[in-house]
Amino acid sequence: MEVRVSNVRKEFDRFPALRDVSLDIKSGELIALLGPSGSGKTTLLRLIAGLERPTRGTIFFGDEDASNRTIQERNVGFVFQHYALFRHMTVADNIGFGLKVRPSAKRPTRAEIRRRASELLDLVQLSGLEKRYPAQLSGGQRQRVALARAMAIEPRVLLLDEPFGALDAQVRRELRRWLREIHDATGHTTIFVTHDQEEALELADRVVVMSQGRIEQIGTADEVYDTPNSPFVYGFIGESSSLPVKVEDGQVWIADRPIGLAAPELTDGEATLYFRPHDIELLDECNGCIAGTVAASRRVAGTRRVELEIGGGRERVEIELPVGHPAAQKSRVAFRPKRWKVFPKVVE
Amino acid sequence: MADPELYPADAYHEHASLAVTERPLARAGLMFVAFAFLAIFLLLPLVVVFEQAFSRGIGAFLEAINEHDTIAAIKLTLLVAVISVPLNLVFGVAAAWAIAKFEFKGKAFLTTLIDLPFSVSPVISGLVYVLLFGASSLLGPWLKMHGIVILFAVPGIVLATVFVTFPFVARELIPLMQEQGTGDEEAALSLGANGWQTFWHVTLPNIKWGLLYGVLLCNARAMGEFGAVSVVSGHIRGMTNTMPLHVEILYNEYNAVGAFAVASVLAGLALVTLVLKTLLELRYGAEIAATRGH
Repeated sequence: MEVRVSNVRKEFDRFPALRDVSLDIKSGELIALLGPSGSGKTTLLRLIAGLERPTRGTIFFGDEDASNRTIQERNVGFVFQHYALFRHMTVADNIGFGLKVRPSAKRPTRAEIRRRASELLDLVQLSGLEKRYPAQLSGGQRQRVALARAMAIEPRVLLLDEPFGALDAQVRRELRRWLREIHDATGHTTIFVTHDQEEALELADRVVVMSQGRIEQIGTADEVYDTPNSPFVYGFIGESSSLPVKVEDGQVWIADRPIGLAAPELTDGEATLYFRPHDIELLDECNGCIAGTVAASRRVAGTRRVELEIGGGRERVEIELPVGHPAAQKSRVAFRPKRWKVFPKVVE
Repeated sequence: MADPELYPADAYHEHASLAVTERPLARAGLMFVAFAFLAIFLLLPLVVVFEQAFSRGIGAFLEAINEHDTIAAIKLTLLVAVISVPLNLVFGVAAAWAIAKFEFKGKAFLTTLIDLPFSVSPVISGLVYVLLFGASSLLGPWLKMHGIVILFAVPGIVLATVFVTFPFVARELIPLMQEQGTGDEEAALSLGANGWQTFWHVTLPNIKWGLLYGVLLCNARAMGEFGAVSVVSGHIRGMTNTMPLHVEILYNEYNAVGAFAVASVLAGLALVTLVLKTLLELRYGAEIAATRGH
């Protein structure tokens, strides 16, 4: 099922939680809504589910305008951050609930519901736990049951709100891989909300980066990581270094020296240069480079992070060097970012 | 939940519980004070009630009970409870639902309103009904014209009882429902359940123990209410006297055995309620703990 969000705005008590958001999701895609808290990602998910109504804009399921459909009519599977399992029902009853409450014409028989529940339990690798109560399960198991329950109604879209947020790191990684497998096996269009970039980049076909009620960038993990399109995405995803620069004559300058980066499409003026600490080349001679003195150096896993003072100590940037690299020992290092972007200074 | 026995292997909790545990002497002292207080102020009066009721033997007791006016009072009390408790069950659930699960203007006002019967003296509540439905009130002539009798009759007694016992169910449910939030309901709706199915299969099972407590307390008060009922009842013997009112009349007539016999029946009804509650707690203790959040 394709899902199309078109110019949606949502206000709570006149405070905008989403401002004019548009998003196209292809059938069978696994999409991550990624952003810090307050970015509107959960609001967007709840709007798609029908748990909230948009203040303005339209949500399409396929070609059908679903904006005024109730959550029941939309037939979506929703997995809640804190599972929201019915604690007085067994695992099997939880999974069968969506089938049991169907109008009698469309309701499967008791035996059929039971069969379907244990089939789904097999799928989420919890066979044999039919008779348990939610309180008798671990967090990871509860989340699997919640997913099985959501899938039992054969939803058109699967929506997950911070599905692994309440779990510890180990279980999280395991469930992440497992969710990908389930998605590939069942082919549901799936949208999940997360604030964990690692989770989003590893799991999703495409990542929607959100901030302050707006979509900053939509793209594959490679696209949003390698070519961030805004200072926010640079700062939020992965690590980045930034330096205040000046653009003049299509060149990027630091203080009174050009640093060998051409920016012909930018207008002259104050700007900020962004690059990834590992995406640099070290230079022996400096004709157009960023040069600085080593202020601090620390070992990070397989590499070394070096903090450089640029331009007499006013600014500091971090770059990454191989551990054994001789430049790491030198007091003066010259480099040039390989992949970078310059954003004009925003006048506030 | 903080019971240290639940975490036998957890050294941290053992330390924590040791640190906050009083010395044996202090513990014994506290327990003595609590038990002595309960014995003097609660248990002793109860014993006296039964002792007085049976002071002239079981025959006199049965005779006092088996009197026409007394039986009428018992019947009326049960009737009032049977009408007002279900009403407050419905009102209480509706009010708690509205307050705990929705955001709306005037919510704080509604919460205060629910507490009103607790904060106002029952006598005043009764007087309000007299002002509303009395012969000299605005509604009085209209009611008289249509032959509707509210004051000094069963409807007035029921209304006064409903008013006084309204907060019990709502007060019990509001914190419980607020704590549980709307997650379960949203999950049920997303699975295709309609509003009624959601309430019946999800909300009600989640609140059933709180609801039961509220109903039991409401029932105990409905049977025992004196002040408000006294104002609106008119004290017509064998007609509009509930058990508490009947006890007072008998007592004022120096019929000690009669008064205490009826009082002991009333106390017995309350005790049955309490025993029922305790039994349920013993039987379903684990489930109650589970539905109070895991």
